[in-house]
Amino acid sequence: MILRRVSPGVLVTAAMMVGVAVGAPLIVDQFQLLQLTVFASMCILALSLGVVWGYGGILCFGQSAFFGLGAYTYAVAAVNLGESTLAIVLSIVVPAVFAAALGYFMFYGRLSDVYLGVITLSVTLIFFNLTNSTAGDAYRIGSARLNGFNGMPSLPTFNVPGNPGRPLDPTETFCLVMALLLIVYVGLHALLASHFGRVVVAVRENETRCELLGYDVRRHKLLIFTLGGAIAGLAGSLFANWGAFVSPNVFSLTTTSQIIIWVIVGGLGTLVGPIIGCVAMQYLATELGTQQLANTSLIFGIIFLAFVLLVPRGIVPSLGALRARLFGARERQGAQARRA
Amino acid sequence: MDLAAVLTLEVLNGIASLVLISVGLAIVFGMMRVINLAHGEFLMLGGYAAIVATNHGVNIWIAMLVVSPIVVGIIGVVAERLIIRVLYGRMIDTLLATWGLSLFFIGVVTTIFGNTVAGIGAPLGGIAVGRYSISLYRLLLVGIAAAILVAIYAMLRTTRLGLLARATMENPNMAAALGVSPPRVYAATFGVGAALSGLAGGLLAPISGVLPTVGAAYVAKAFITVISGGTAIIAGTASAASLFGTVNQLLTYLTTPVIGEAGLLAAAILLLRVLPHGITGKLFRGGL
Repeated sequence: MILRRVSPGVLVTAAMMVGVAVGAPLIVDQFQLLQLTVFASMCILALSLGVVWGYGGILCFGQSAFFGLGAYTYAVAAVNLGESTLAIVLSIVVPAVFAAALGYFMFYGRLSDVYLGVITLSVTLIFFNLTNSTAGDAYRIGSARLNGFNGMPSLPTFNVPGNPGRPLDPTETFCLVMALLLIVYVGLHALLASHFGRVVVAVRENETRCELLGYDVRRHKLLIFTLGGAIAGLAGSLFANWGAFVSPNVFSLTTTSQIIIWVIVGGLGTLVGPIIGCVAMQYLATELGTQQLANTSLIFGIIFLAFVLLVPRGIVPSLGALRARLFGARERQGAQARRA
Repeated sequence: MDLAAVLTLEVLNGIASLVLISVGLAIVFGMMRVINLAHGEFLMLGGYAAIVATNHGVNIWIAMLVVSPIVVGIIGVVAERLIIRVLYGRMIDTLLATWGLSLFFIGVVTTIFGNTVAGIGAPLGGIAVGRYSISLYRLLLVGIAAAILVAIYAMLRTTRLGLLARATMENPNMAAALGVSPPRVYAATFGVGAALSGLAGGLLAPISGVLPTVGAAYVAKAFITVISGGTAIIAGTASAASLFGTVNQLLTYLTTPVIGEAGLLAAAILLLRVLPHGITGKLFRGGL
């Protein structure tokens, strides 16, 4: 029922994801496959902010707090358990619970957008400072040492559920990550097409009107925020597994700003936009990392400024508007202009 | 007794450094409703300005108290004219644009100075209080922080410039009708905010050292202080800084600096749950 409301564009994107998942391992070498794996993990992270900000209208600058919390939870749990399945589940649950607690204070305190942005950002930076200062033997959870700014190396990677002696090889990991990306992408579209999703979008459009119509605005915001935290946590566990390593950098301002840039560049109010923005920016960051001429922060700062000033809606909605103008079709996507 | 004295000074110090790092932001946010995410980088630039000037033979006091605010004030005015000006009234876009600006500054400074810590020695020595030694420089910072708050109050209350600024913030159209140019007032206000951030950055450079990404360490605390303080610039900054400075330093003394920082944040979130408009949103409403 819900799937009937999903537009054909979603099916095309989903089919392309399946194509990449099946085709890439046959074509590219192992190094590129690992690159694609981390790109896909980050796309999941981009989707988490894409839904919270683009559809929920919640300005969350702390998506990397949940991402990092997921990564650290996976690391600590995997080291202690020696097995990855439960660790992955925990890496979704812990950030979700944290997001729910933080969201309760923010939404039930009825804080406005800008305050939300600043508070979530501050929470992230405090996590950054906290994890950075956990060096030394005193800071350990079970048998896992947190190691402060050095990070936690040689983490156990994903294994076949119930069989810790059989880790996943790179191709299997890639397929798993692509499958999760597909599930998150299609799942979010299905959710947004459901009654709940429509109310969430309605809240974004006009909070007061929704409240007068009898919907509990605070609860809807809290739920979508918590969902975003859970998805970001999942991305965190995938990231920790990818490098078998996690360090406080997952909480850094750089990580936080990258997520925002992906969504701004790709376009708010779409789900394919953050994915496109994420892949493009990740590719650019990788390329920039190989040369010495210009600093990556510098380039990203300029891109960030340029998009906010010149292409404020992002690539995908702008292209949609352009197409609508060129072909004289009714501007449908344009109506979802950037929301405050 | 000695311990009590030292502890009191630590608390005052915590409050003073919160006042210093947040006062520039408080002016820009309180008067213009602009959230400047590049605030941390203004502090960072102030720090570098002081260090570079000192290393080129400028007297350290002149470097910190004159060079830093002037350099960063000019950068602030330029940023306002080029970027912020276009985005007035679009709070979220301003916030995002200043975030871009912050990355840009980090990139520029990393390219010029490299990703290493730079520092200068703290001037003045220490004095002994019983078994403890306290730094005179830190004591001086407490005085400077208090002086800055008094100076802002005096400027806004008693000078013609302050009157124009308050009038423009209250009602820009009416001010314009009476012959004031709001864009100029905005540029000047932003410049003053940036200059104060630069001053703070310069003053804190001897204590904490400077590196291109140091802004991140300041910006979270500055925002927490300003938002919890509410719209009144002076009363808000002073009250929020006093509350959080005390919480932070006492927890740091009792446990570790890490718990101190976490406690500061927890206190802020609880406070905003009870008073969503900050301390001065409820009390001292409409004051400065």
